[in-house]
Amino acid sequence: MSDGETSAARKTDGGGLWTFPADQPLRLDNGGRIEGLEIAYQTYGALNAERSNAILICHALTLDQFVASNHPVTGRPGWWTRVVGPGKPIDPEKHFIICSNVVGGCMGSTGPSSIDLRTGAPWGLTFPVITLADMVRAQAMLVEALGIERLFAVVGGSMGGMQVLQWVADYPGRVFAAVCVAAAARHSAQNIAFHEVGRQAIMADPDWRGGGYAIEGVRPEKGLAVARMAAHITYISEAALQRKFGRELQGDGLSWGFDADFQVESYLRHQGASFVDRFDANSYLYITRAMDYFDLAAAHGDVLADAFRDARDVRFCVFSFTSDWLYPTVESREIVRALNAVGARASFVEIDSDKGHDAFLLDEPVFRDALGGFLGAAAQARGLA
Amino acid sequence: MSAPAVRPDFAEILRLVRPGSRVLDVGCGEGALLELLARENGVDGRGIEISPEGVSACMARGLAVMQGDADRDLDYFAAQAFDYVILSQTLQAVQNPRHVLGELMRIGERAIVSLPNFGHWRVRLDLLLHGRMPVTGVLPDPWWATPNIHLCTVHDFTALCDDLALSIDACAALADGKPARPIDPTRAAENWRAEAALFLLSRR
Repeated sequence: MSDGETSAARKTDGGGLWTFPADQPLRLDNGGRIEGLEIAYQTYGALNAERSNAILICHALTLDQFVASNHPVTGRPGWWTRVVGPGKPIDPEKHFIICSNVVGGCMGSTGPSSIDLRTGAPWGLTFPVITLADMVRAQAMLVEALGIERLFAVVGGSMGGMQVLQWVADYPGRVFAAVCVAAAARHSAQNIAFHEVGRQAIMADPDWRGGGYAIEGVRPEKGLAVARMAAHITYISEAALQRKFGRELQGDGLSWGFDADFQVESYLRHQGASFVDRFDANSYLYITRAMDYFDLAAAHGDVLADAFRDARDVRFCVFSFTSDWLYPTVESREIVRALNAVGARASFVEIDSDKGHDAFLLDEPVFRDALGGFLGAAAQARGLA
Repeated sequence: MSAPAVRPDFAEILRLVRPGSRVLDVGCGEGALLELLARENGVDGRGIEISPEGVSACMARGLAVMQGDADRDLDYFAAQAFDYVILSQTLQAVQNPRHVLGELMRIGERAIVSLPNFGHWRVRLDLLLHGRMPVTGVLPDPWWATPNIHLCTVHDFTALCDDLALSIDACAALADGKPARPIDPTRAAENWRAEAALFLLSRR
């Protein structure tokens, strides 16, 4: 192969902002619609001639489309470079990889911080309450706009994993393989409870201004930081927190005051403070709400298996992590049992890790290898390998 | 390069399973049997395996395998979802063998079950002469380390099949490294001779 052919076959990272014409609105579960929808996305690798090698990655609550490239605000590397990259299970040398910012987000896709074209002002709380199905519908519009009829795979962790389930429920014929990592088919009371703490922290910040802070030129940074601190605890296991920090102090002794005496306090404060630089408070409200509303079985007569009735031919892979107490293994088992009940082709493995929910983003070789094995075998079945 | 020798019990299962059928292998390990069945008989195979390492190895082979165990996870499969459900050398290690056997026959049209025979002459002799729990080729662990909590003889098993109204469509004696030998499991002599036995079961 000559150099010219190589560079033609290997498109560099791409993406941008896709603006849908007003006559192609995003129809919402609440009955409304968003006209002039914009979806910000990144791509890696090149679409093959058969258009059969596309993988859509769905991101988690506070993540974004920068799955394998440096974040434009923080400058930090992509959030899933352990899994996405040359020689990794999701490989731009083999796959055309798409990751888009969810509708309701704050990294370029239409969300509460965007300008409402009808008023010329930021949406704020006039933005419609959206659902994960709305997010997935927007992704499906983008995928279609990119000329892809059927994705080779839809892959996601946490909220991304829930979107994967929504994808196969809503578009079973447009997905060849589905990978759902550290997720659940519905939000539990505990999940909703933690989200409510975060939302209340934001709304208690005087700078939130009833959601209208953008117009008034302020930001509810304190509230959003507290929301992030509370949520961050749920992403880590007790064991990992203990291993990292124990009761270690920041300084030489106790301050006998309310400074960050303990290292764990300092760590959480840093997590909160750095989060507000890259995230919008109203987006946090809307996306957590969408997650809380998620209950895949409810939309199918309370029988989860019925959500997968038409997805028997999809090759499923479900992962959980032993120390994940936010989306514990029992939730993944529910998904797998529903898949088995309809005779779907489902694989499931619980990865032994003490890193908690965030394990799916961290260095977990068994997870990475199993994912690689699954996608490799699926690629063969799809005629890609 | 010559093909590696197929384990005698696998060869017997390969002989019994109709090509192109749907198969669930309960306790599939690293997927060697499922892969063999897919390659040789073109079966649509699924597996259940308790160890994450085993499941990962299966996934790397392209097999559809879920982490789980026979006691808890069979209940969630639809009735008659499979043509064959295979439980190889595992029934004696489950919590509730009667329930598991019933579940195998609910979700599969047929079941293929193999188990060590506690009625084998060496087992009987060991216990008679030494008064100690037998340790043999098919029962290699001491009593305090064995996963086998519900050992039975060939005749115990045929009695349970009777009780559950199951018919034994085929039976073979298994011995380490030797080809499977078709037997009549109701004969007293076979309850002495067979080290392990493999049964093909269906509902009456």
